[in-house]
Amino acid sequence: MSDDKSKETVHKTPQTTPRYSATFDEYTNSEIRRAAATGIYDIRGSGSKRKLPHFDDLLFLGASVSRYPLEGYREKCGTDVILGTRHAKKPIHLKTPVTIAGMSFGSLSGPAKESLGRGATAAGTSTTTGDGGMTPEERGHSTTLVYQYLPSRYGMNPDDLRKADAIELVVGQGAKPGGGGMLLGQKITKRVAKMRCLPEGIDQRSSCRHPDWTGPDDLEIKIAEIREITDWEKPIYVKIGATRPYFDVALAVKAGADVVVLDGMQGGTAATQEVFIEHVGLPILSAIRPAVKALQDLGVYRNGKDSVQLIVSGGIRNGADVAKAIALGADAVAIGTAALIALGDNDPHLEEEYKKLGTTAGAYDDWHEGKDPAGITTQDPELMKRVDPIKAGHRLANYIAVMTMEAQVVARACGKSHLHNLEPEDLVALTIEASAMAQVPLAGTSWIPGVTKF
Amino acid sequence: METLKFDLDAKPLREVNQFLHGDASLLDGKSVVIENPNGAHNIAVGLKSDVHVTIKGHAGYYAAGMNQLAKVTIEGSAGSGVAENMMSGVVHVKGFASNAAAATANGGLLVIDGDAGLRTAIALKGADVVVGGSVGSFSAFMAQAGNLVILGDAGEGLGDSIYEAKIFVRGTVKSLGADCEEKTTSQEDRKILADLLAKAGHSDVNPDSFKQYGSARTLYHFHVDNAGAY
Repeated sequence: MSDDKSKETVHKTPQTTPRYSATFDEYTNSEIRRAAATGIYDIRGSGSKRKLPHFDDLLFLGASVSRYPLEGYREKCGTDVILGTRHAKKPIHLKTPVTIAGMSFGSLSGPAKESLGRGATAAGTSTTTGDGGMTPEERGHSTTLVYQYLPSRYGMNPDDLRKADAIELVVGQGAKPGGGGMLLGQKITKRVAKMRCLPEGIDQRSSCRHPDWTGPDDLEIKIAEIREITDWEKPIYVKIGATRPYFDVALAVKAGADVVVLDGMQGGTAATQEVFIEHVGLPILSAIRPAVKALQDLGVYRNGKDSVQLIVSGGIRNGADVAKAIALGADAVAIGTAALIALGDNDPHLEEEYKKLGTTAGAYDDWHEGKDPAGITTQDPELMKRVDPIKAGHRLANYIAVMTMEAQVVARACGKSHLHNLEPEDLVALTIEASAMAQVPLAGTSWIPGVTKF
Repeated sequence: METLKFDLDAKPLREVNQFLHGDASLLDGKSVVIENPNGAHNIAVGLKSDVHVTIKGHAGYYAAGMNQLAKVTIEGSAGSGVAENMMSGVVHVKGFASNAAAATANGGLLVIDGDAGLRTAIALKGADVVVGGSVGSFSAFMAQAGNLVILGDAGEGLGDSIYEAKIFVRGTVKSLGADCEEKTTSQEDRKILADLLAKAGHSDVNPDSFKQYGSARTLYHFHVDNAGAY
């Protein structure tokens, strides 16, 4: 035995450890196999999962000798926000700049939508409908409800338009700028089909363009029509996916928007092609400054009653993100994915069930299949019973309160008596990429790539 | 019947629309005439009572948009999106209509005496549309429910990606869109067509002179074999 072993040791060529390709990584290879087996692109929910330059790449400077901080807990730091001052007779007044993004009844279960309404209402903020129209439950449980006006116009009717507190004309969303909605047959139940005027159980194809307007000149007339129908009472938002933020924001303002909603590629979707989610659009970090510049150039940035407010979304997770988005120039933010997690989406206590679906808690994104063990992204009557709208709504309200307080902590540390007093000068960047995108200096330097010389 | 007149040369459209949004009990059965429309956009949008509005001339975009209950007559031509998302009532265009007439309309009847432009009845959701003349390309694109009756011809891509809406064409069809096919007209459908012709003032036209088109329903579920059609 010992002879054999020594022989082996002498003659064996030393092996390298198995090495995965950085290009053909495990996920990539699994996708090639999946595509080869099925012949159809991968569809999933959620937003971009790749590592992107984000708010984590920014830091606040805080006050010290050159400027003084505010006393935490005692000195006032305002958080309220008024949206839609330019044209609307009834602007929206929120207690916190954290709003709930548009998510449809259909993509989400009825109890999940009710939870969003309850949570938002308790937190003093707004929630938003989605493709497929407004449900009475949602209207009933939301003090401030924004009604989305989408290309598909599923479930769109003038009665609900009049019941809304604001109207969000959706041009695009961050997860799929240039793409329309998608809802697969598993979720087109009788009620969803009836609301959308579609045959039950079909794979819904949604248009990516509005049926009755094309281009900014038409958009101006469309906005005027909605104003006329609602007697100029309600703020009109225009939601765009982040692609060419300077021009898109400028055109939205010119067309008459009261509020612009700018959604980055980290923003979630109920269902879209993976290739769309990961390869089209901009990370929100890179889109805020050009959007603000457009508002400034048109004289509508923080200019009293004539202001157009900016709401940004796509990957907002905590109070630091809120404060950073506001410091870069946003008036408010919107949360979607984070709100669903607060309700209980992807919760580790359901790990056994996620495993059965071939995934794991935190990674589950097959929202279009309607099998969500958490009962949120489903129309299954049994699964949706798992959402207790009162408890889930309470969790969401807690979460929004925490985000708001965290943003205040940061703002007070920077010496600001209102979140809106945060400014780009309070920020530095940790990476050259984030510095260039957010147009704040690289930490420890005065360098902003593309703006100042190193 | 009491008739009220508004002159858009003298009164801002905002005030006219505000008046027309008034309490139904005050407007039901009333007749309102709008003079000098001169192609203004958004005339008589969002009506919600049984009021009769006559527009004495041409209207711009979205005339009678989102109409509910009202009867709106446009004595001239209409711009894009006439009767868009109509819920109920009747809109009658005596001249021509531009693009996207009756887009996403859920109910009610749109009658166009002349021709209509591109994307007529796009994403129709249950309303009835009768066009006396011809329609442009991509009409009834993704139409979900309702009926589109065309006495003249249809342009390219008629009924592309159509769901359950029905199309009746008396003239020629330049081409059908993806998943749209000719159908056999059932007795039930013949009655729908005859009723619509009568309502639109075309009782003299023989329903048997139309061909019917609808969904082949091959795109209702995503499938690799249909990849070329999406």
